[in-house]
Parts: sequence; C-alpha cells; structure tokens
Amino acid sequence: MQTLDPSDLQAIWLTLKLASVVTLLLLFIATPLAWWLAHSRKWYKGIVSAMVALPLVLPPTVLGFYLLLLMGPQGLVGELTSALHLGRLPFSFAGLVIGSVLFSMPFAVQPIQNAFEAIGKRPLEVAATLRANAWDRFVSVALPLARPGFLTAIILAFAHTVGEFGVVLMLGGNIPGETRVLSVAIYNHVEAMEYAPAHLLAGGMVLFSFIVLLSLYLTGGKVWRVTR
Amino acid sequence: MELRKSHRLVLLGALLFGTMIRSVYAGEVNAAVAANFTAPVQQIVALFEKETGNTVKLSFGSSGKFYSQIKEGAPFDVFLAADEKNPKLLEQESLAVANTRFVYALGKLVLWSAKPGFVDDKGAVLSKGSYNKLSYADPKLAPYGLAAQETLQKLELWDKVQSKLVTGESITQAYQFAATGNAELAFIALSQITKDGKVTEGSWWVVPENLYTPIKQSAVLLSAAKDKIAAQAFLDFLKSKKAAAIIRSFGYELP
Repeated sequence: MQTLDPSDLQAIWLTLKLASVVTLLLLFIATPLAWWLAHSRKWYKGIVSAMVALPLVLPPTVLGFYLLLLMGPQGLVGELTSALHLGRLPFSFAGLVIGSVLFSMPFAVQPIQNAFEAIGKRPLEVAATLRANAWDRFVSVALPLARPGFLTAIILAFAHTVGEFGVVLMLGGNIPGETRVLSVAIYNHVEAMEYAPAHLLAGGMVLFSFIVLLSLYLTGGKVWRVTR
Repeated sequence: MELRKSHRLVLLGALLFGTMIRSVYAGEVNAAVAANFTAPVQQIVALFEKETGNTVKLSFGSSGKFYSQIKEGAPFDVFLAADEKNPKLLEQESLAVANTRFVYALGKLVLWSAKPGFVDDKGAVLSKGSYNKLSYADPKLAPYGLAAQETLQKLELWDKVQSKLVTGESITQAYQFAATGNAELAFIALSQITKDGKVTEGSWWVVPENLYTPIKQSAVLLSAAKDKIAAQAFLDFLKSKKAAAIIRSFGYELP
C-alpha cells in the first residue's frame, strides 16, 4: 500500500489548521454582520450584501490577484502591515487566513443571516416585553433559535476553506508547512505526474467532501437554500 | 428572404463542404506552446499566416501539462515545449513522429528584480542575502525552475536561500510574484522581460551558461498530424531565418 510522505502529512495538517482558524474567525465576523444584514433597513444594505456575496461569483484568481497587489509593498494593506512592523502577508500563513476569510465569507454569512431572518420579530418582541435587554435577547433568544444556521455556516466555511485552491495558489508561494495546503499539494503531484500520491490525497478529499455534505443533508441542513 | 426547408439543407451542406475543403487545402494547425514562448510565437505565426494562408491556433501552458493532455488524446498537431524531455518522451511513446524533433530556441535564465539597481551585473545580491524573498518556478514542473536550482547549487547558495524561496507553479507566476514586488528577486526567463531585443524594466543578471544545463526548447510533430502538410510547413517555418530573427529579438539563443 502506498503511504504518504511527511510533506503530504504536513499539508493535511496545515489545511486542517487553516480551515479551523478561518472558521473560528468567520463566526466572530459573520455573526454580527449577518445580524445587521437581517435587521437593517439602511439604503446601503444592498451594497454590503453584494460585497459579501462577491466571492461566490468571482474566479478565485481575481481575488488572489488583487490581494497579492493589495498586500504587496506598494499596496495599501502592505504599507499598513509594514508600518505596524507586522511584516508582509503574502507567502505567509496569516496571509492565507485573510484570503480564506474573505473567500469563504458568503458561506458563513448567508446561512446565519437566513436563520436570523427566519426567526422573525415576534420572539424578540416577546422577550422584550419580559424585560430582556438587547444583548439578552440576542444571546438567549436569537442565538439558540438560529442554531441550524450556525451549524450549516460552520460546516460550509470549514469545507470550503479545505477545498480552496485559486486564492492559495496566487497568494501562497507554495512553502511547505506555511502555505502548501492540500489542494496545492495535489495540484503539484498531478503536474509532476506523481499519480499515486495524487490519487491518495485526491481520493481522500472526495471522501471527506462527500461525508461533510452527507452529514449536512442527513441532519436536515438546507445547504442549497441557504447559500443562494 | 424565404427559403424552403430543402433549400436550406442544401445551403448548409454546401457551407459544410466548403469549410471541409478549406481545411484540407488552406490548412489549420493546432499548436501547443510553452508559456514562455507566447510573445515570439505570436509574431512568428502572424508572419507564417500572411505568407502561406494557413492558420495556426495557439494554446499556451506548461510543457508537463501538455504532455499529459497529448497522452490523453488532445487534438494538437505540433508541440513547442520548454524543454527536451517531454517531446522526447512523446517520441518514445510513438505519440510524436520520429526524426521531427529539433531545438527551436535555447532558453536563458535571468535573475530579475522589479526595482531598478537592485540586481548587480554579477548576481552578488544573492550571496549578500539582503532581500525579502526569492521566487522561482517549481523545479519539478518547469525547466527554468530546475535551471534556477542548479545555479543556486553551483553557487553553493542552495541551503542558504531555503528560508527565502517561494515557488510559483510556472515561471509566469514566479515573474508575477516579483512584478508585484512581493518577492524582491526572481529567477525567470530572459524572454519574459525582453521586448524588441531590449530589457526595459527593473534590474537583472543574465546567469552565465556554465551554471545550468542548457534549456533546449524543443519542437516536435505529433503523430496525429503526420500527414498534415500545414503542420510540417509550420515547423519548417520555425527553422527559417525570419523566425530566427524574431526568436533572437526575445532574448533566446539559437543552437
């Protein structure tokens, strides 16, 4: 039986680490954003929604290319990070995290937003009459009721980050242990005609993705409804 | 204008027949071309089409990818690779016509920076180590990447640069990392930064030829096109003096 070499194992570990960090960050960013999108009546709500949904339609290479320019020494973000002595973001794990957060944003925001919208005003108003303050209403009423939305968001964000390729390729520089994630490792194996390890990793990826989606459907998650 | 159904069919048939005739006499060549040769081949094709009335459809990509695609039956007539290895393999596997392979250009490796004055004309910037990142193409995938690795090994800098290396999947990406300033140095092909025989941007060091194995960019006629006159004509044209002048103007040497 063919075994994986250490650099492939490293790629798997790095991918899981990236997806975990990104999912955690997305929960903190997407929750308030989804809450605002679900309740706001501001005129610019449409603009924000459109921006959140952009990664759904843009080729990842577009996002990767602009991030490369933005984070570069002449880019706005690049100038900011060097002014703060944070170093440069491209070719680093931190850079991949930022790229992935942006890229997987709609997959986290939209399920949570839909869940918040589905609750409606009524339970919150009832809670208000029972003298629950805004924070209390959010934590003890909205969050528990929106749990299926959160579950979908977590699974989709995690899986989507694992499956990400274009942004990582454009931004990463293929550094082992830092930016060489699973999808890039597979691509390299295929390109180098090393089909045995490519099969092993790619087959594992197919299995993983299938199990993730299956678990979503079996638990009654409404994947396609909430992503569109 | 109203046409009866039968008339329309006849017209359609005539059109189809017409295009078939055309493709037999004024030939169409499907060419798979290594990405680094994009600009010169476009000029060569323009000239070839004007002189012969044939048309050439160009596809660009990495040589390794084309090799796999041709093996799987991709409809290419000629293959202009970035190396000697892939055309040779196709020849051994009878996917290319024997004795049609030739070196159409010798690639030159260059160390380049987008910053003017950053790279000196001896490449000493490499050993000083005062740069952020050094990008190159994956040596497993790209001949220029392998040449870069050989150069660094010959200069005994391979171990020292490990922490600064970033890898592009092709020299196009290696160039992109440097052009956006994210890597201050890059090993790329001289042809990528040469226009009309001159390098106009940044600073560079043309790596001496004794530091790496010659990059013999080889072309071959593929078996599917062994009776295609236009395909053979295109390869002949690639060997002509006119083509040679264009190839040289993009920073390649000729064998």
